Amino acid sequence: MMAWAMEWVPVLIKILVAFFVVLTLTAYLTLAERKFSAYMQDRCGPNRTGPFGLLQPLADGIKFIFKEDVIPTEVHRTYYVLAPALLLVPALLGYIVIPFGDTLIVAGRTIPLQIADVDLGILYIFAIAGLSVYGLFMAGWASNNKYSLLGGLRSSAQMVSYELTLGLSLVGALLVFGTSNLRDIVHLQTGHWDLGPLSIPKWGIFLQPLGFLLFLVSAFAESNRLPFDLPEAENELVGGYHTEYGSMKFAMFFMGEYIGMITMSALATTFFFGGWHVPGLAALNLSHNAAALAGVAAFCLKTGFFLFLFIWVRWTLPRFRYDQLMSLSWKGVFPAAMLNVFLTGFCLYAFHRFM
Amino acid sequence: MITQRPRLSLWQNLYLPEILRGMWITIRHMIRFKQVTCEYPEKPHAVPANFRGLHRLIQRPGGKERCVACELCLTACPANCISMVAADPGDPSVEKYPLRYEIDTLRCIYCGFCEEACPCDAIELTPHYEFASHRREDFMYTKDRLLDNNRFVPEGERVSKVQTNETYLRV
Repeated sequence: MMAWAMEWVPVLIKILVAFFVVLTLTAYLTLAERKFSAYMQDRCGPNRTGPFGLLQPLADGIKFIFKEDVIPTEVHRTYYVLAPALLLVPALLGYIVIPFGDTLIVAGRTIPLQIADVDLGILYIFAIAGLSVYGLFMAGWASNNKYSLLGGLRSSAQMVSYELTLGLSLVGALLVFGTSNLRDIVHLQTGHWDLGPLSIPKWGIFLQPLGFLLFLVSAFAESNRLPFDLPEAENELVGGYHTEYGSMKFAMFFMGEYIGMITMSALATTFFFGGWHVPGLAALNLSHNAAALAGVAAFCLKTGFFLFLFIWVRWTLPRFRYDQLMSLSWKGVFPAAMLNVFLTGFCLYAFHRFM
Repeated sequence: MITQRPRLSLWQNLYLPEILRGMWITIRHMIRFKQVTCEYPEKPHAVPANFRGLHRLIQRPGGKERCVACELCLTACPANCISMVAADPGDPSVEKYPLRYEIDTLRCIYCGFCEEACPCDAIELTPHYEFASHRREDFMYTKDRLLDNNRFVPEGERVSKVQTNETYLRV
């Protein structure tokens, strides 16, 4: 009995903490989005609820929950109600394989700071991310509204195209690291290269600069963020697939989008910025747990930077036209990703053969 | 019509340098943040000195209105918001005075023609604009209320914005 509890209690705590953090972060990400967009446009953003508008997510949440839950008459009720859940659940599930820290040693037990250590972690994330397209398209179809349908159509085409490039852009990194276990990938990025006077952390971005760039572009498209937010496209499609949704159902779509952003940011951190690895931390001789916690903080900071990048880009760039989006995917990112795979493979072969 | 698209150079076609340039612009605005939002109810909005807000009737030194009931403002008013009943004050120094003088500020378009038409500089639009109300009656400005509106103008500037022309006045 005790052994059973010892096995599962830490896992449950990790799940609760991680989900609490992700959901709170999602709420505050909406505030951050509004605040940063305001600052970039010389406005002041929400500042009525609490100091600096810090209670705004709470107010929004209360508003969403207490709004009347309208189901339009002509919609396909089952799919209409199912769609938001089908978008939100995969978005939340995607997070569980991301390692957000090294191990903690509590009462002689080693607890890896990751909910599930899956060997095929990256494949799992792609599989789960691929599911979210069903939610989008189901919402577009079930709404019985031409704007929703167009939004759903666009999203399915866009997601299918960019999922491919998202996967391909990481193939180079997978070749370099030789594993698809996210924890091992982070471990492989600890340490430094000493290039004369320079000491460069062994981060993926230095091995895969092109891969990183392509991953970033695909990640933006995959999480339906500007400049690739064609499924929503407020000023052409009203709201795209979520035109007919209100109250908490709309909020679920919204949360799904933001959680997708968090997952993509965490993935970028894991693959290209060394996960929880802090350059120069080993020299400080911290205790194992302190170092792990510092690592968690570093991971959050790096992820936070990417989240800021998402917001930053959104408020800088205009939206792509649909054909531009597709040609960028199939004529730009896809060939470049292929090239990256071949180049990486060639370099690895040359490295192993001649060095 | 055939749209002539500008031919982009390879540098521009790479997207990224141009995107970075755009991102630099947005981040610069964030770093050198200069708020343009006016947080109105907390911080009052400063209006220019010649702002045309609520009306006032300018007073003579004795506290009575300067208006001589010539009805020029009423004639000039494009919105017909001024109504007036003239009467003889029984004072040999004043020929005529407005027994009643009313402005319907719901009809007024704040053009300031009354102020321009007035030969005695007796009516003026003050910079005051916060006189919203839930009741219709509150927007009917009677003579007493118009005289009272002098409180929205600083003490020293109550005479008139315009140079007073003494020849019209037998004060």
